[in-house]
Amino acid sequence: METATVPEMKSAYSMRTVDLNLYYGDFQALRNVTINVRQGLLTGLIGPSGCGKTTLLRCFNRINERYGNVTTTGEITVLDKNIYDADVSLSELRKCVGMVFQRPNPLPISIYNNVLFGVRAHTRRGSLSRREKDGLVESALREVALWDAVKDQLQKKATLLTLEQQQKLCIARLLPLKPRVILMDEPCSALDAEGTEQIESLLNSLREKYTVVIVTHNMAQARRTTDECIFMLLGEIIEHNKTTDIFFNPQQPQTEDYIQGRYG
Amino acid sequence: MHAALDWTGPLAEWMIRLCGWSAILFVFAIFFFVFREGAPMLFGGLDLREFFTSPNWRPDSVVRAQYGILALMAGTIAVTLLAMLMAVPFGLGAAVYVSEFAGSRTKETLKVVIELLAAIPSVVWGFIGYMVLNPVIIWATGAPIGINVLNGGIILALMSVPIIVSVSEDALRAVPDTYREAATAMGASRWEIVYRVLFPAAKNGLLAAVLLGVGRAIGETMAVLMATGHAIQIPHSLLDPVRTMTATIAAELGETVPGDEHYGALFVIGIVLLTITFIVNLSADLVVKGIRGQTSD
Repeated sequence: METATVPEMKSAYSMRTVDLNLYYGDFQALRNVTINVRQGLLTGLIGPSGCGKTTLLRCFNRINERYGNVTTTGEITVLDKNIYDADVSLSELRKCVGMVFQRPNPLPISIYNNVLFGVRAHTRRGSLSRREKDGLVESALREVALWDAVKDQLQKKATLLTLEQQQKLCIARLLPLKPRVILMDEPCSALDAEGTEQIESLLNSLREKYTVVIVTHNMAQARRTTDECIFMLLGEIIEHNKTTDIFFNPQQPQTEDYIQGRYG
Repeated sequence: MHAALDWTGPLAEWMIRLCGWSAILFVFAIFFFVFREGAPMLFGGLDLREFFTSPNWRPDSVVRAQYGILALMAGTIAVTLLAMLMAVPFGLGAAVYVSEFAGSRTKETLKVVIELLAAIPSVVWGFIGYMVLNPVIIWATGAPIGINVLNGGIILALMSVPIIVSVSEDALRAVPDTYREAATAMGASRWEIVYRVLFPAAKNGLLAAVLLGVGRAIGETMAVLMATGHAIQIPHSLLDPVRTMTATIAAELGETVPGDEHYGALFVIGIVLLTITFIVNLSADLVVKGIRGQTSD
């Protein structure tokens, strides 16, 4: 059904993994993970703490590699390209696959420069005119509904914003890079109910334009916002299905137990 | 038993309070003694205009003793400036390497070696300037003598680098890792992260490191006494020998009669030095505490 909406795409899947295993030193955090993440949908990664959701998420932009002791086997494909191929540039990969973190982490520079940070890392110095830069900043901030709140204080240090505004800014700064995929690692866990609601409605507006994968602990949030859910346990994929099926018609007993709150 | 406990607590508290406050006492005592010795000359015999504007330092002249410290200040400034031109880029570069690029074993080794470098006594640095650098400079430049501004600058740079490295490495390490992660996730290279994230984030600490290095260089005495050539003149090239304010005090104080003009003039130089280092340290401190505006970059 989803494939029909994007017939021109080469593949209906933005990201795939085949037999992915990941080890932190001797500890195996992911076991034979094979998933297909659909293009243009909001996919939730759910499961109890320590099940490997965040680890899996951090595979898609290879940011796991920041820690030296990580080894992976298997295949990860983003937009039909194996991201471990020798000709893949990490910088290009991360331009195309944006990431939002659990704790809002705007850089300690101005709001304006935060939005432009990624673009500047990917364009030659001085190749953007002042007007182009202003335009990029405005449209990115408008897209996350932050423009009206900060338009008069673009030179303010970004770390002085409220947490919710900071998280919006962290989403906004990905947009000028025109990413195809946005990875979100519990983006609302540091926010209050109101902030969570705002980010969720923002998620709604990002859907279809981007493929979004979101890790969440919040079952209600997963049910409200996602199209599909992947349920993980101890590093393995237990079930991947439409969100309504996961919640109302789970195929696996572990999924059902987790959804009903028997553990986790 | 209980009664004993009752007074040991307050006593211990008073002892440590005394230790803390004594630092202030010592600073004031130093100011007081230096001012006491310098004051008669400062407010009496000394022509302040001549003192600051004349390059002639002739305290032993039988005809007319002259106390002008312009050449001495020029010596201090020349040597310090040259030292900082070398030590600041070198020290910051080393700090960035140690904090961001080096592997954990290299990092530990480098930190130990840098601390070792800081522990070398200044007279040993003076030896190196006199015995090693001197012939090297003569060989490389053809100058008649190798103890000059260049020699003193290099020695002072080597002496200031450890403090600049360790303070700025602390400042870089204090930058939360989440910033590095955020920038990495946007595809920034390690070098871009250094100059577009870490430098702005750590700029107060880095500036403080530089100022502490400057303070170190201005106040250094023994090494520059041995490495700069001891000639009172305003230098016109890197190969001119000079003499600094500190070296003058160290070299001449022993020859003076306590209380006479020459003695007092040396203490006035001491007052000038104290004032300069006080200002440098105070600004380093204020910078660390962060007198900064809301905007950045």
